[in-house]
Amino acid sequence: MDPLRQSPSPCSSRPSSPKTPPCEIHGYVGIEDVLDQVKIKAMKMGFEFNIMVVGQSGLGKSTMVSTLFKSKVWKCTLPGLGMPIPQTLQLKSVTHVIEEKGVKLKLTVTDTPGFGDQINNDKCWDPILGYINEQYERYLQEEILITRQRHIPDTRVHCCVYFVPPTGHCLRPLDIELLQRLCRTVNVVPVIARADSLTLEEREAFRRRIQHNLRTHCIEVYPQKCFDEDINDRILNSKIRDRIPFAVVGSDQEYLVNGRCVLGRKTKWGIIEVENMAHCEFLLLRDLLIRSHLQDLKDITHNVHYENYRVCRLNESHVLPRGPCWVNLAPTPPGPPVAPGPSKVCRQAREDSDDDEDDY
Amino acid sequence: MEAEANSGSLEDSWAFIQRPGEGCRTVPLAGHVGFDSLPDQLVNKSVSQGFCFNILCVGETGLGKSTLMDTLFNTKFEGEPATHTQPGVQLRSNTYDLQESNVGLKLTIVSTVGFGDQINKEDSYKPIVEFIDAQFEAYLQEELKIRRVLHAYHDSRIHACLYFIAPTGHSLKSLDLVTMKKLDSKVNIIPIIAKSDAISKSELTKFKIKITSELVSNGVQIYQFPTDDESVAEINGTMNAHLPFAVIGSTEELKIGNKMMKARQYPWGTVQVENEAHCDFVKLREMLIRVNMEDLREQTHSRHYELYRRCKLEEMGFQDTDPDSKPFSLQETYEAKRNEFLGELQKKEEEMRQMFVQRVKEKEAELKEAEKELHEKFDRLKKLHQDEKKKLEDKKKSLDDEVNAFKQRKTAAELLQSQSSQAGGSQTLKRDKEKKN
Repeated sequence: MDPLRQSPSPCSSRPSSPKTPPCEIHGYVGIEDVLDQVKIKAMKMGFEFNIMVVGQSGLGKSTMVSTLFKSKVWKCTLPGLGMPIPQTLQLKSVTHVIEEKGVKLKLTVTDTPGFGDQINNDKCWDPILGYINEQYERYLQEEILITRQRHIPDTRVHCCVYFVPPTGHCLRPLDIELLQRLCRTVNVVPVIARADSLTLEEREAFRRRIQHNLRTHCIEVYPQKCFDEDINDRILNSKIRDRIPFAVVGSDQEYLVNGRCVLGRKTKWGIIEVENMAHCEFLLLRDLLIRSHLQDLKDITHNVHYENYRVCRLNESHVLPRGPCWVNLAPTPPGPPVAPGPSKVCRQAREDSDDDEDDY
Repeated sequence: MEAEANSGSLEDSWAFIQRPGEGCRTVPLAGHVGFDSLPDQLVNKSVSQGFCFNILCVGETGLGKSTLMDTLFNTKFEGEPATHTQPGVQLRSNTYDLQESNVGLKLTIVSTVGFGDQINKEDSYKPIVEFIDAQFEAYLQEELKIRRVLHAYHDSRIHACLYFIAPTGHSLKSLDLVTMKKLDSKVNIIPIIAKSDAISKSELTKFKIKITSELVSNGVQIYQFPTDDESVAEINGTMNAHLPFAVIGSTEELKIGNKMMKARQYPWGTVQVENEAHCDFVKLREMLIRVNMEDLREQTHSRHYELYRRCKLEEMGFQDTDPDSKPFSLQETYEAKRNEFLGELQKKEEEMRQMFVQRVKEKEAELKEAEKELHEKFDRLKKLHQDEKKKLEDKKKSLDDEVNAFKQRKTAAELLQSQSSQAGGSQTLKRDKEKKN
């Protein structure tokens, strides 16, 4: 597809230390107090998290976001309810600050109404990829400034939740195309939407088939196997990988069940409880996204996906020599960076010119 | 198919999270979501990555820098004391892996060797400044690479500089002032009075006041412990007033009362290192390690390193974009520089080629000369040879003539002889016959 883009390279976030002699400490020094210092600083600065939900309309994306973050994320009524299906794909972003126990989280949710709803869905992923790349571009521009801010505002998409329609068969070509492209740019967590239309056995079979599809097409969803750092991570993540895609149900209405007030969907044949593990796997999704892997999502976005984008972007203008094929550095087109065309490299063009640029 | 990224609300909510009122609204939560575990997630990540901390100790030889490091970290770092006969100031750097409960710290201690020992100390500060700049440069190089691994990079930038002041009791030495002035914009300086058991308490207070006033009057910016966060503002505020810390270092443990303590024993008494009434060692340890280590690292990165980066990039000729110029001016500048460089290379190549051509011509001319000479020589030799040949032929001819003449004479003589012998030959023949008979 894109010859310059490489698959996320497995890199451990543990610093590759030169061999240093370990020293024995006799007595208490107080080094572990640095953890408290880190915590205080982080809480003061606040956290940022950007999530994108992708899927056809009617799959319950907006409801899911509201359920996840237990707040009315969308100011107005949920789009799609009674409103006509938008003719073109529009990306809508909304930002909120939510606070819990002193921890401030700046949450940005990007919705994609109109995705996959047209008759001809060719290249419907371009706006999405364009948006993701645009955020990387913004961050990169901030980063290469001479006088840059102390804390660069992070609008890069940390996680993309992809809603698979509950057909019960397998992934459709549209899903596969999009997932292939998305997984190379951003962390993708696929979920089976509206899982209340499938029985438990159908869910399992559907899940296995989706996993098989993902393996066949070499689609690496989050948590990616190549980023497991040690044995604990691997064990934990294997359990998660076994259950992906999660079969979820979303709701923001509460009902009384057995004396408890729970979020659920009321139907004639019963109430589907969102937070009941026997009914659906919403809790797994919430734990993965928020309670255990949020920082990891951000780290992988920053260390892997952003770096890949940066390499591509910097390589683009680096490879093209000034000559008959000189291309003006226009703003990035909406889409993945195009591989440079056949470039006639002059005999005199050297690769490693500046002493502050290293091309490996 | 058009795509509109309707990011109107995104634009205005780019403000700092510290000002949440700006642009984005705070939404109340209807239940427990669970992201209060975020700081813990962050801490766990940091723990698995490990921390690194780099201290630079600047001070004259013999002020107890190594001992203080040993005392601070409760361990014995390897290394021998330096002599006083160093020709110049050098920096010795050692890295150690410390582990306390589950926190791993990669500690690098850099010490000056031979500081203040030379007769002419004008350039003493230069190796130190160069060393600090080299660490910044290495980080900048890594950051500017196309394929970089910043999160796995071993950060060697100096986070804290402990400046050891000799306990004279009077004032700062001019060497100290000059060095600190050169270092204050590059690193967090924490001045400490070394071997402070040599000064009495009253002298100490006067000494501290004198030092602080000298630093202020000379415009030296030492590191101020941060007072903007409520949890540490109070303690940091009081500590700021105690700067510079008067410390004593000792690795020997003596039994005082019924506990083993680090102390120095004199005939007139024992100085306890961890006794706050005796010296400020505990304060230093609190401030340096337990309260402000993270702040020191952050200041190094966001203030000193950014300043260095800005200066370096401006020096290289880069400028920031203004709103309506092309994006990625850094790229364009890179490209422009690269092309400039290529142009220069081309020019040089042309020059070299021309020089080469000229040399070749010269050499050709030389060779032609030589060839001509050779030809001449050859001609001469040939002529000589021909002359010789001719001479020889003449000689031969004359010889032949002589031989011919001789032959003629010979035949003539023989003829004569044969005639005369024919006449008297019959007589001799008869005589011979008679003799035989």
